[in-house]
Amino acid sequence: MLAYVARRLLLAVPTLLAVMTLVFVLVRIVPGDPAQTILGDQASQEALMAMRERLGLNRPLWEQYIDFLRDALSGDWGNSMVTGHPILQEILNVLPYTIDLTVASLIIGALFGIPLGVWSALHRNRLVDYVTRVGSLLGLSFPAFVSAILLLLVFSIELNWFPVISAGDRSSVGEVLENLALPAINLGLIMTAYITRVTRSSMLNVLGEDYIRTAHAKGLPNRAVIWIHALRNALIPVVTVVGLYLGILIGNSVLTEIVFNRPGLGKLIVGALSQRDYTMLQGLMVIYTFIIIIVNLLTDLTYGLIDPRVKYS
Amino acid sequence: MSAVADPGLPAKTGRALLIAQALKAFRANKLSSVGVVIFLTVVVLALLAPIIAPHDPLEQNILHRMEDPSAEFWLGTDSYGRDILSRLLYGARISLFIGVAAIGSAMLIGSTIGLYAGYRGGKVDAVIMQAMDVLLAFPALILGLVIVAMLGPSIQNLIIAISLTAIPPFARIARAPTIVVKERDFVEACRALGFNDTRIMLLHVLPNILSEILVMGSLWLATAIRVEASLSFIGLGVKPPTATWGGMIREGFEKILDTPWLSVFPGLAILLVVFSLNLIGDGLRDVIDPKTRTD
Repeated sequence: MLAYVARRLLLAVPTLLAVMTLVFVLVRIVPGDPAQTILGDQASQEALMAMRERLGLNRPLWEQYIDFLRDALSGDWGNSMVTGHPILQEILNVLPYTIDLTVASLIIGALFGIPLGVWSALHRNRLVDYVTRVGSLLGLSFPAFVSAILLLLVFSIELNWFPVISAGDRSSVGEVLENLALPAINLGLIMTAYITRVTRSSMLNVLGEDYIRTAHAKGLPNRAVIWIHALRNALIPVVTVVGLYLGILIGNSVLTEIVFNRPGLGKLIVGALSQRDYTMLQGLMVIYTFIIIIVNLLTDLTYGLIDPRVKYS
Repeated sequence: MSAVADPGLPAKTGRALLIAQALKAFRANKLSSVGVVIFLTVVVLALLAPIIAPHDPLEQNILHRMEDPSAEFWLGTDSYGRDILSRLLYGARISLFIGVAAIGSAMLIGSTIGLYAGYRGGKVDAVIMQAMDVLLAFPALILGLVIVAMLGPSIQNLIIAISLTAIPPFARIARAPTIVVKERDFVEACRALGFNDTRIMLLHVLPNILSEILVMGSLWLATAIRVEASLSFIGLGVKPPTATWGGMIREGFEKILDTPWLSVFPGLAILLVVFSLNLIGDGLRDVIDPKTRTD
């Protein structure tokens, strides 16, 4: 399995390289002069020239490209053009917030989505199935910022249960959880909707299989048949879908972070875009791609945990 | 034109029968009918906006700032005294136009790429799909954000950004069945009859994968409307004062403590349209894949 992981990571190198090239090109087509952005409208021509020199913007593109790749590989991602702080440091500072949010919403999604999906499948075409299906479809129709605003209105402003601004105090577990609760519920509800749907259809497929009939025939209790025999076989498509939707989750976390004014990668990228922070943008795009590659790998490795027949070769 | 009958094309009666069966299955799914009714209603309201909107969506009125819903302003007014209902109606035009244009072009370009890659196979296929995978490596919203920031916010650029994020999934969905269909006997027969590749792809492979592309189209139209609203909400959408749903929510969000309905009404409008499209997409998928059919 180690050999498999190593090979998968090696295979990710060309993708990462392609993405970095794309990012390099994209970032340089963005209109606006970063030197002007940093120094402001009143800057003199000499100051602008000096700043461009310092940022390496007046060197040939291919030289900038080689430098960009070399620095990125050696872990030197440069400094933010706006704050002057090292990019990697800024990203690592907010990364825990985004990871907390993503993992917490995944847990909420799995905790509610899987049982709901199973329940719905077991009561196919009955009222509960109908309600669950409409409810989950409604859940995944919510733009993340609309549901976030509704949650904020009800639970923070009307009921005063949670802080209006989920800002970044990480001093104690209690603080972290209090700040995390509403944003995680927001994304968790959307995730629940996705997981419920895929669990339901996957369970419906599995419940028709011969080995389920055999399990019933040999007198196993219904509960064991459903939660052990059927669910375990139904989980592989669920894991695939969860892996795929993590991309959507990461996108939605941008909106959630804005509404709840919570630090994270999303707020960082929106800030970098509006301030034309080229170097920050480059770093963030590479980090996003890296996260997606790792998630895809983890998804594939999870298959083996669920189904021992899966071989990594 | 060749006088030889095309193999693989169902006879007229057979095809009519298939469509009739599909329509019946679609209508049997009550939820998708509800989706169609909601969506068509929104489309009609959007088209009629200039006639039925009670006020000019851009007309500011200092005397009627942030008013609660009333007989004159059914959904209240915003901080410039503009009528929310009229802005919602006009906003629907923008959302629907951007969504349909973006997904229409993504469907056309993506399916062509997927069809071509799948049909040609080999190195062409490998290179094209690798490029698509690189684009797929970005979360759609992040890619959209960067492209709009790069091109500048305008209706045209939003359409380009959203359709660029949607091309890779359409290429994938078109490629997969193409690989299967091109090995079928009737395609072999077409080649033996001397039909050229374009004709085989358009007349024989495309009809076989069209249904899946259409299902995906309806679901992606929902995504496109959501992404457009999200970009406007972030501040990268169509510039104010043009009424857009995402932009209205953004403006309303700044006043959320005083006048929550400013962001709630456009939020519900987006939810309704996206929900109706998802209902339609779900119904269409059931028709195509009888395994998941509910009734």
